[in-house]
Amino acid sequence: MVAADSAGPEDPGVRMFRRESSIPLRCSAAALCNNLSVLPLPVRNLTHFGVVHGPSAQLLSAAPEGVPLAQRQLHAKGGAGVSPPLITQVHWCVLPFRVLLVLTSHRGIQMYESDGSVMVYWHALGSGDASPVQAVFARGIAASGHFICVGTWSGRVLVFDIPAKGPNVVLSEELAGHQTPVTDIATELAQGQDCMADVVTADDSGLLCVWRSGPEFKLLTQIPGFGVPCPSVQLWQGTVAAGYGNGQVRLYEASTGILHVQINAHARALCALDLAPEVGKLLSAAEDTFVHIWKLSRSPESGSIEVEHCHGECVPDTQVCGARFCDPSGSSFAVTGYDLAEILRFSSV
Amino acid sequence: MSVRTLPLLFLNLGGEMLYILDQRLRAQNVPGDKARKVLNDIISTMFNRKFMEELFKPQELYSKKALRTVYDRLAHASIIRLNQASMDKLYDLMTVAFKYQVLMCPRPKDVLLVTFNHLDAIKGFIRDSPTILRQVDETFRQLTEVYGGLSAGEFQLIRQTLLIFFQDLHIRVSIFLKDRVQNSNGRFVLPVSGPVPWGTEVPGLIRMFNNKGEEVKTVEFKHGGNYVPAPKEGSFELYGDRVLKLGTNMYSVNRPVETHMSGASENLASRTQESIAPNPLAKEELNFLARLLGGMEIKKPSDPEPGFRLNLFTTDEEEEQAALTRPEELSYEVINIQATQDQQRNEELARIMGEFEISDPPRRSASKGDDLLAMMDELSLC
Repeated sequence: MVAADSAGPEDPGVRMFRRESSIPLRCSAAALCNNLSVLPLPVRNLTHFGVVHGPSAQLLSAAPEGVPLAQRQLHAKGGAGVSPPLITQVHWCVLPFRVLLVLTSHRGIQMYESDGSVMVYWHALGSGDASPVQAVFARGIAASGHFICVGTWSGRVLVFDIPAKGPNVVLSEELAGHQTPVTDIATELAQGQDCMADVVTADDSGLLCVWRSGPEFKLLTQIPGFGVPCPSVQLWQGTVAAGYGNGQVRLYEASTGILHVQINAHARALCALDLAPEVGKLLSAAEDTFVHIWKLSRSPESGSIEVEHCHGECVPDTQVCGARFCDPSGSSFAVTGYDLAEILRFSSV
Repeated sequence: MSVRTLPLLFLNLGGEMLYILDQRLRAQNVPGDKARKVLNDIISTMFNRKFMEELFKPQELYSKKALRTVYDRLAHASIIRLNQASMDKLYDLMTVAFKYQVLMCPRPKDVLLVTFNHLDAIKGFIRDSPTILRQVDETFRQLTEVYGGLSAGEFQLIRQTLLIFFQDLHIRVSIFLKDRVQNSNGRFVLPVSGPVPWGTEVPGLIRMFNNKGEEVKTVEFKHGGNYVPAPKEGSFELYGDRVLKLGTNMYSVNRPVETHMSGASENLASRTQESIAPNPLAKEELNFLARLLGGMEIKKPSDPEPGFRLNLFTTDEEEEQAALTRPEELSYEVINIQATQDQQRNEELARIMGEFEISDPPRRSASKGDDLLAMMDELSLC
């Protein structure tokens, strides 16, 4: 591992993160964006990881040393076709009363208990008015309150109302804001204020839609794209962080859509963003083999959002496809790469 | 995934096949006229109008094994004969080369430039045959029509589909090892220097704006790579400078075709599992093959010219050795198909089988469905 950059000027030459032992996977990771989901379970001192292989996805839980303890293989439902349906994403949704694992594929949406043992809900995707050249799939998963939002190929975002327990999941709303396939969805806990933007959805054209969740979701603003997809999006204290196919990361004011920061962050397409909400750290990972960590803050004078580069990590010869912080304070992160049958782990020194 | 992937996969793999055959024809000192005829026959079969129509229909990708059958047939559309070991090696080289090109594509859209590089080179092979040139140009026109209007997002889906097709393929190729673009474990070297993709800024700059959109601060940061701006965008026109070199012919007399076989040990367990499990979808694959191969028009053996054997290895001994030592998980020989007794094979399949030019009769021919299976198993043994 090569440290591309050390800490800030006060701290030159000091490595912030070091490579830990990696976690072996039974199957390599597929070249999909956001292809890593992490669920820390601090009480049990365990971390759950989820990675998509292609027609299957692997879940595993690991102890702090990286020893995999329990493993499970999930498959996409609805196998009619020439080849087994491919999975597009797995993601743990933390709801107020329960945690569900959501799996999206080219056939539909599967919701499981958090360990993947029991499927509690299945939503089949209808091809509807799709032309034969259109690939039909669901992609982009996030929880907001007691809702789970899932994006689709048509641009529609499906909002599911999740009961505190049991399988009575209800499709409560379909959000129309996107004209091209949804790529990713980010949410944050609304902090009680009116008009608070708490959901942001992104699509293949780079368009972002900012919503306020509730019994009826309200579209607050749309942030236009510029011809490149936005594969990954995050939301932190009213700021939207969006990663684009041209290697840029942009930060917008969620409520107004005003661009505040534009980072020429990577030399290739972004594949994952993640946030450590406690400390305002942003992680960006791209196909250029680099993972960067940024510190977001608000300018004391203007109140506008500012950003500082904290760390760059090169994962040699790895087309990164997923990266996530492993704890809310951003002191460790994990990385997956296309064709790579392991999860690489890094933690702060 | 994307149902627009098969034409790109087929044309690029076909292009790589032609590069390799061309190099082997030279290496075996096949007379120029005869070599040209081999390439002409293969290229005119490859770009046959009816076949291209089938190919360009929106459809899913099929297994590597099913696709191999198509190239088996294509290679034997000429007077050359390849035995199992040479055909295996040919397919390995083709797939590894195109996997590399897809992985290295600066932008997903550039997979189209890679395809154009292959088509440009193919046109070079048949420059004296105006009829076949017209066929290739027609395919070029189709590519432009279908892919010219696709968005960056759609190209990204195509690239992801291709990468899933090539996932877990870690065969080492000596030309790549020598050029240091492949590591000894079969993984490709991903450079962290050179030009960024067209439309991407060299990383290293943070720009901050106020509420009015005015730039208030810029900060540089050290990215860790050593990039330069993209020189210019490659041409997507019929004739033009593609700029990108991926997909051009990398073989020459001084750079012979060689492979090192490496068992993909890291994924051995899972792969073995997959190949043992009966594949309930194989019937669909047979239908796909029937349709696709049905579009390939193979000339009847009116051709008095005797066939000759092309060897992908330097000597016959090496070829025999390769056949014996090929790692089991890389074998394309065994196919588990449960649908073989299905009698209602369509007439199309029967017609295709009637056209097949296999010098030895297939060992078993209980039904037409079996025949195609037998062909998938045995064609390259002839």
